[in-house]
Amino acid sequence: MRMYGEEHPNQQILSRIATNDGHGENSSYFDGWKAYENDPFHLTGNPKGVIQMGLAENQLSLDLIQDWMKKNPQASICTEEGVSEFKAIANFQDYHGLRAFRKAIAQFMEKVRGGRARFDPDRIVMSGGATGAQETIAFCLADPGEAFLIPTPYYPGFDRDFRWRTGVQLLPIHCHSSNKFKITHAALETAYRKAQNSHIRVKGVLVTNPSNPLGTTMDRETLRTLLSFVNEKRIHLVCDEIFSGTVFDKPCYVSVSEVIEDDPYCDRDLIHIAYSLSKDLGVPGFRVGVIYSYNDAVVCCARKMSSFGLVSSQTQHLLASMLGDEEFTTSFLATSRRRLCRRRRVFTEGLKRVGIHCLDGNAGLFCWMDLRPLLKEATVEAELRLWRVIINDVKLNISPGSSFHCSEPGWFRVCFANMDDKAMEIALMRIKIFVYRENDAAVPAKNKRRWDETLRLSLPRRFEDLTIMTPHLMSPHSPLVQAAT
Amino acid sequence: MRVIVPLQAVVQGRGGLVLGSLIPCALFYFLQFYLRRNRPSSPPPPHSSASGSNLPELASIHRSLSRSLLSPRGSYGPARLSSRGTAVARDDDNPYYVGLKRCADDPYNRSTNPQGFLLLGLAENRLSLDIIQDWLVKNWKESVLLDDEEGELSIQGLATYQPYDGSMDLKTAVAEFMGQVMQGSVSFNPSHVVLTAGATPAVETLSFCLADPGDAFLVPSPYYPGWDRDIKWRAGVELIPVPCRSTDNFSISIAALELAYNQVKKRGMKVRAVLVSNPSNPVGSLIDRETLCGLLDFVMEKNIHLISDEIFAGSTYGSDKFVSVAEVLDAESFDKSRVHIIYGLSKDLSVPGFRVGVIYSYNENVLAAASKLARFSSISAPTQRLLISMLSDRKFIAKYLTVNRARLHDMHALFVDGLKQLGIKCASSSGGFYCWADMSMFIRPYSEKGELKLWDNLLNVAKVNVTPGSSCHCIEPGWFRCCFTTLTEKDVPTVLERIQKITKSN
Repeated sequence: MRMYGEEHPNQQILSRIATNDGHGENSSYFDGWKAYENDPFHLTGNPKGVIQMGLAENQLSLDLIQDWMKKNPQASICTEEGVSEFKAIANFQDYHGLRAFRKAIAQFMEKVRGGRARFDPDRIVMSGGATGAQETIAFCLADPGEAFLIPTPYYPGFDRDFRWRTGVQLLPIHCHSSNKFKITHAALETAYRKAQNSHIRVKGVLVTNPSNPLGTTMDRETLRTLLSFVNEKRIHLVCDEIFSGTVFDKPCYVSVSEVIEDDPYCDRDLIHIAYSLSKDLGVPGFRVGVIYSYNDAVVCCARKMSSFGLVSSQTQHLLASMLGDEEFTTSFLATSRRRLCRRRRVFTEGLKRVGIHCLDGNAGLFCWMDLRPLLKEATVEAELRLWRVIINDVKLNISPGSSFHCSEPGWFRVCFANMDDKAMEIALMRIKIFVYRENDAAVPAKNKRRWDETLRLSLPRRFEDLTIMTPHLMSPHSPLVQAAT
Repeated sequence: MRVIVPLQAVVQGRGGLVLGSLIPCALFYFLQFYLRRNRPSSPPPPHSSASGSNLPELASIHRSLSRSLLSPRGSYGPARLSSRGTAVARDDDNPYYVGLKRCADDPYNRSTNPQGFLLLGLAENRLSLDIIQDWLVKNWKESVLLDDEEGELSIQGLATYQPYDGSMDLKTAVAEFMGQVMQGSVSFNPSHVVLTAGATPAVETLSFCLADPGDAFLVPSPYYPGWDRDIKWRAGVELIPVPCRSTDNFSISIAALELAYNQVKKRGMKVRAVLVSNPSNPVGSLIDRETLCGLLDFVMEKNIHLISDEIFAGSTYGSDKFVSVAEVLDAESFDKSRVHIIYGLSKDLSVPGFRVGVIYSYNENVLAAASKLARFSSISAPTQRLLISMLSDRKFIAKYLTVNRARLHDMHALFVDGLKQLGIKCASSSGGFYCWADMSMFIRPYSEKGELKLWDNLLNVAKVNVTPGSSCHCIEPGWFRCCFTTLTEKDVPTVLERIQKITKSN
């Protein structure tokens, strides 16, 4: 990987970042996507294909967005009604962003929180999606080698977004199913002390609320514990609130922005929120990431770095109009939540009927499914073996808990918001068949061994082969798009 | 003796000892108390070249620092940013950015704000946006984001995830546009294209691919000030200026590169690439074929990369013909795998707001890495759709490029002539949105200090923002980059009048 020098005059030397594994695409989280890419489900074209349940995308309410755009052609500079704005918009590259856009984003964030917190449009900083937001925050707050603590299980993308180019580490705060994976003060202290013993400097704590992959919201007490902890240690708290608009059930959502309002002793310079419209609005293609910091220096620094990931002025203009339409955002959030709630209920009840339980959840686009009873032994290897069966034989791409750094094997994240009702039915049917088969197989022991021998993810092991096969593999491809084409 | 006696008293006498220890302690605590009470809440005195300019961002850093110091729980000190974060937050002194900020707060408008700041410091082209708007008016049905019928143009393809490095349709359209820009002298392969949200992340991403922190790029100077931010800030790559001289119109000298390379090696740093802009920013000159070959030989010999930023390739207006490094590679047998081109639509298509940048590389490994890194800066899907539509209308693009070039030519001629009347000569240039003006006869002393004094007067007295050569690392003081593409013909006399006010008094 390093110098080849004169012996290989044609070998171009690339950087460490270009040649290491920091992109994280070797994780099992992405292996399932690869299986889906090779054999994608289509209701009529490929009904036996792999159903994508590993991509947390919200496609249940895109029709509402489409309707709004059709009724509001003036919001787009590509229409007869809106083209007069073209010159000003095409020329606008100020990294502060359009004022109307920032105002609309702040308004939307307030609405998502039921008006229980205020957001200052001048603190809204753009970034290249939530991916860019996380990376920029890491650049601002930590130097290479320093660390952030993060509760497990957590979204595998953080390993890439927070660490790859920044050189910052992520150290786990272990959470357990015994208390529904809640973050405890003891766990925080343990993780912090462990870092100190390894002479690693901790710069902050990174949490996701609502949680990915758990699908739960944090209660006020946990948020207060976190605030107390970071204030005591003088470290930062970064809250990824990207799913805040997908809270569809009780308990009511509590954002860190609300809790600090009640706490006069909290040092607000420590508090930062990462947000995006990709999940709540279902528009990941728009690439709208937001950094909201209560720390002026971070706002200043992040804003300058936003040059590396500004939101297209055309998109800003469109969203300023859309999110400024209060009537629309109110009805959109209500409808979206209702549809998510219903979809989750259909899925979890279907699972319950075959004896599979999920962690109680009230938010997000996924369930945290408990398949521990199906594991022969409580190990990561057993979990991955089961997962390969699910991919290869059941033909469902779900994400194994180990890819989320979960300390207990047997949990899986299953996404339910990126498919239509028919695909959901088929997925549930396949799970039912699988569970019944597993129960039958549980009786004769030698049948079990037969399962093991057939367990192999039939893909080339070497990553290079994969990139040659499908260079754009790792960009998530929405299953509903596939179904339409 | 006089010193020893009181000390003796302190050491020998018990009362003296008590007083001797009490008084210093008391003084110490009073000093701490005084300092804490009077910690400055206003920013430190700004750099002289930024006189009068309000630096609210720095001020608020101090405000937030003092707030956390006084908070009851803040016993360990202020919440610190990373060291690179702090450096970035403080990086406000460069005249390039200071000037831009002043203009943004009070921009000139012939009718509504004739006393405002004239923006000659931002390379933005407003001369031909009307042509594009006209196209949109006539073709909005083709460019519309959503189709009424069910089909490809539904919300599904617009809102959902796209490939991070751009859709193949857009890559194809951009590759074809690049071919048209280069006037058919070379064609570009869409599978060698990685798209990013602007040329700024394109340059940064490429730097992350080619170099490790602490490594260096050789950059013929003067060069575009933005690179100091784009390449150094987060990728941590050092830029080593390789000075070019006015005596040969600031042409690149391979001998100078060789010298710089050896000097850098002696310092123990590793050179990873040569970075050039062609057409040159800020000079506006074109690199000739011979020099391009020289560069290719040089990088091959040193086993390093060549990065050619050709973002102004379509904005040429002189008699010299633009030659892309891609053209030379096609014609001669150089090693293509070490050559990478930076491009974008911000300049040639006049759409900087849309954020479209290109990394064009012949190296599969670089493409593989860059396409993964593109996830941090992807182009927004609605913009991709609009541009696919627009760029596919090749007839329109051909017409636009021709008309735009003609307008650039006329404005350039008008502006340069006007400066000549004031006794200001410009370097010979054939491309870009600016001229490289020699105002060295108006600076006193003949040094960077004198240059910044003139810049300051131009900015704060004449309210004309130009970019001083020192921001571009020009080794000869007195050169200024003046952009003319934000002006109309009618504005030019106003600009010249204001400049003359300053130059006359010098």
